[in-house]
Amino acid sequence: MREQDKATHFEQAVLQHMAAAYNLARWMTHSDQDAEDVVQDAYLRAFRFFDGFHGGDSRVWLLSIVRNTCYTWLHQKQAHEPMAPFDEDLHSSSCSDLDPELLLLQSVDTTTLKEALAELPVEFREVMILRELEDLSYKEIAAIAGIPLGTVMSRLARGRGRLQQSLAARMGREKEA
Amino acid sequence: MDCDNTRGLLHAYVDGELDLVRSLEIEQHLQGCAACLQMWKNQQMLKASFAEATLYVKPPPHLQARIQASIRGAGKANPAPRTIPWRLFAFAAALVLAVALVPMLARVLSPSSSKSDSLAQEVVASHVRSLMANHLSDVASSDQHTVKPWFNGKLDFSPPVEDLSAQGFPLIGGRLDYLNDRPVAALIYQRRKHFINLFIWPTTDNSAVAAQMETLQGYHVYHWTQPGMTFWATSDLNTTELQQFVQLAQSEGH
Repeated sequence: MREQDKATHFEQAVLQHMAAAYNLARWMTHSDQDAEDVVQDAYLRAFRFFDGFHGGDSRVWLLSIVRNTCYTWLHQKQAHEPMAPFDEDLHSSSCSDLDPELLLLQSVDTTTLKEALAELPVEFREVMILRELEDLSYKEIAAIAGIPLGTVMSRLARGRGRLQQSLAARMGREKEA
Repeated sequence: MDCDNTRGLLHAYVDGELDLVRSLEIEQHLQGCAACLQMWKNQQMLKASFAEATLYVKPPPHLQARIQASIRGAGKANPAPRTIPWRLFAFAAALVLAVALVPMLARVLSPSSSKSDSLAQEVVASHVRSLMANHLSDVASSDQHTVKPWFNGKLDFSPPVEDLSAQGFPLIGGRLDYLNDRPVAALIYQRRKHFINLFIWPTTDNSAVAAQMETLQGYHVYHWTQPGMTFWATSDLNTTELQQFVQLAQSEGH
């Protein structure tokens, strides 16, 4: 394939997913500028590997590259304070994940939800973004994050549990204030 | 379904990832269990919050153009990765250009070397041609006393012909060839599976020029001159053994 044809074909296949790519990168990096750089880098990587992409869901394919690029970026950024490998067990503890006493009697405002979501460990955050904002299936999330289906399910459950605790605490503070 | 099972599958249920049978089992359990029902309500509320909130971060308007520009750039500079600093890349490109220009300049500035280069090309082409189409030799003989007279009447000169079998380069034949706009003698020698073409023709130059080697298309080409005669030897044989052959050819009275 001629380079020019390849570029056109590539753009038709994946440029439409730029919003999803940017949203994921923005939520994972917490920075506008870094998200832009990560997305551009991810697109270049994707372009280089495009010959190896044989059909399938181009959004899932692109997001998996964006996700990996994000992790590369996170590792580089935190090179001076090495990121502890994510320990599923460490974060799986408590049944308070699903504490029925933590009532969310009303829907939460955007600002509060945004803050609480931003504070989640990135491993929970990414599956939450892919599920709640991209509306991807467990299978698609598993493909993007390169983790088993069961892990997607448990990370979502724990992520939501933590988010719920965090939201309840924030709303409690608001009431007291 | 009990509470433990229900709580284990509640998120999959909320996300619509469960099959119909298990969904119905959970619905049945929720009807009779207030605690689990409260959890389900919490999750519903959380989902509703996500749905209402504007959490989706839109990309800046210039990002698409930036990505397209970088892809088009990568396409042109392929396979240079973006991580190479552009300054370094420019320097490398300049270096490549300079290296490519040097032989071109040399050719422009030195017509004699250009002639020699194209002659070396001719020699290699003739060698390759001789290996194809079963045209290695017109006279197949390891006897120098058969090969040498064969050239009589075909050439206006008498090439020196020596068998080098004793030294490990058996003569296998001779051939009439055409190089440098004239008929020339081609002697064929063998070293294991490799053939060596030794082209000989007369020159008006009476000085001796030591052997010079160059490599073209994977073939090594040696060129030297002895008073009144010019020699070109070429083969895909390794340079060490080919050089040995050249030294033998020179010393054996060529």
